[in-house]
Amino acid sequence: MSGVEAKAGAAWPGETARRRSGALGDRIFRALVALAAGLVLLALGGAAAAILWGGLPAFLHFGLYFLTSTAWDPVRRDFGAMVPIYGTLVTSLIAMLSAVPISFGIAVFLTEVAPGWLRGPVGAAIELLAGIPSIIYGMWGLFVFAPFMADHVEPWLTTLLGPLPLLGALFDGPPLGIGMLTGGLILGIMVVPFISSVMRDVFLLVPLPLREAAFGLGATRWELVWRVMVPYARTALMGGVFLGLGRALGETMAVTFVLGNAHDFNLSLLMPSTSIAAAIANEFTEADSEIYRSSLIALGFLLFLITFVVLAVAKLLMARLARAEGRI
Amino acid sequence: MSLFRLPLALAFVLGLIVLGTQPGETASITGAGSTFVYPILAKWSETYRQQTGTEINYQSIGSGGGIAQIKAGTVTFGASDMPLTPAELKEARLIQFPSVIGAVVPVVNLPGIAAGALHLTGPALADIYLGRVKKWNDPEIATLNPELKLPDMAITVVHRSDGSGTTFNWVDYLAKVSPEWKARIGEATSVSWPVGVGGKGNEGVAAYVQRIKGAIGYLEYAYILQNKMTFALVQNAAGRYPVPGKASFQAAAASADWSKISDFDLVLTNAPGEDAYPITATTFILIHRGGDDAAVKATLDFFRWAFEKGPDLAEQLDYVPLPASLVAAIEAYWRTTMP
Repeated sequence: MSGVEAKAGAAWPGETARRRSGALGDRIFRALVALAAGLVLLALGGAAAAILWGGLPAFLHFGLYFLTSTAWDPVRRDFGAMVPIYGTLVTSLIAMLSAVPISFGIAVFLTEVAPGWLRGPVGAAIELLAGIPSIIYGMWGLFVFAPFMADHVEPWLTTLLGPLPLLGALFDGPPLGIGMLTGGLILGIMVVPFISSVMRDVFLLVPLPLREAAFGLGATRWELVWRVMVPYARTALMGGVFLGLGRALGETMAVTFVLGNAHDFNLSLLMPSTSIAAAIANEFTEADSEIYRSSLIALGFLLFLITFVVLAVAKLLMARLARAEGRI
Repeated sequence: MSLFRLPLALAFVLGLIVLGTQPGETASITGAGSTFVYPILAKWSETYRQQTGTEINYQSIGSGGGIAQIKAGTVTFGASDMPLTPAELKEARLIQFPSVIGAVVPVVNLPGIAAGALHLTGPALADIYLGRVKKWNDPEIATLNPELKLPDMAITVVHRSDGSGTTFNWVDYLAKVSPEWKARIGEATSVSWPVGVGGKGNEGVAAYVQRIKGAIGYLEYAYILQNKMTFALVQNAAGRYPVPGKASFQAAAASADWSKISDFDLVLTNAPGEDAYPITATTFILIHRGGDDAAVKATLDFFRWAFEKGPDLAEQLDYVPLPASLVAAIEAYWRTTMP
């Protein structure tokens, strides 16, 4: 001990040299991490530019028509992105409507309700769900879930909701088991692990004094969750939801299996449709004309744009929420 | 630990590169294209390598990709389910010949109806795929099947969602038998389907047909054989209902009049023969003209071997080899185009 002190005291002249070399190391370190971060920007910018370049012939050839047309005719080389965009948005919306409440329930159960010995296994099981390859979800969806939907859920939906004036149009048609509703629900199951694990981690971060104070004021468990924990963690919860939405928008294989891959515009959720990612995966190998290939790449650019807008809106929303909370 | 291994690994990789770039004794052949011929090309090239030492690398990236690759000159041969026109071939300096025969067969999911029991005509199939015939007990189907009791069930049309040679042959047949199909839809490896759901690959279509009661789809012959699907018979140009199989496919290939056609630019569907299966298909091989290149010569040698020694292997995989008359015509074509 004393030897170390003596050395430290004696090393004063060398200290500046070390500091200098330390400063150099610091500079190298800074350059390296900046490079790492810069690479991400470069890759992102490069990818966006490359997709835009590939899709440019289609955008130039079709113009705004590309966004509004429901046509998709490889023979006449007439392409429009309306059906894939619609299919992507509708399936993702269904996924969110089903996954967010379930994920919220899972997170509350795991943090507030479940006995300690159960939390570990259930939490691990949910994280394992995230590790299942999406093609497995697709096959399970086609061979197990779609028949179940066709035989038990969809006929019931059609008889129950079909006669209603506006809602009826959404549940009209033969029960194929394959379509936007099934695709959206499969997507919902796939994103539950992402949303629920974020929500659980967020709830665990709620400070103990807040909980104790809530219970001290006589709050029930529901009041604790809804009035204390949710407002406290609002921005982070939104982050989890948008993480799941980002996944759902770009999911390919599972959707390809159960969506029906038909370029028809249908209001009914029971009818087949296609999504941007599914259309690209299905058709890229045999896209034999220049404009066909370019149209598929243009679809990819639109997906890029949609994801970007969704994430940007999410960031803005969260920033505004954070500011509002700061004022309180 | 990994730091110590790094130089070793690098040396190994470098060694491989050096070895790989050394001029080999035998030419290596690369091909790309149709997924339909991939199983038989893989089998042929494996056997051929064992016998001669020549390596053939085939990538089944789809017909469209195969055409693009051979035009760009990145592969020695391309394979396409759709023939190129003589003008296109001339422009790209390519020759073209058929390789092996298969077929596209309609399959159905109808309770109580056995494989091969349902009879359909080309126009009836076109009306079903146009969405005009919507029920199984429609008179257009019922009059063809007086002995069957067809249910009052909605028809669900299933088609391929990915572009494919199977689709090309199917819609080429529909376009030949239905003027409305030809005018409204046309033919290509993927089309704008008026009705139905799309499955990815043969397995996707098969899964949808097996899942949905009242469904009709179309599959490659080999796939039906291996999965025991309920197929329907289709009336041929001579008015008969031939059972899909080696005899009826070869009859179609033999009855097609190749002599009037240059560069084998002919799709085998709706062939005129008495026993010809109506939706017979083949995959075309594309090679660059100009016979002095060693790789091109090696490719021709490979296909000559495949036509002479390969038919047994083809039959093992449920393909049908070309009839002898057609092989003779192809070899004559090689002599004239590849001096």
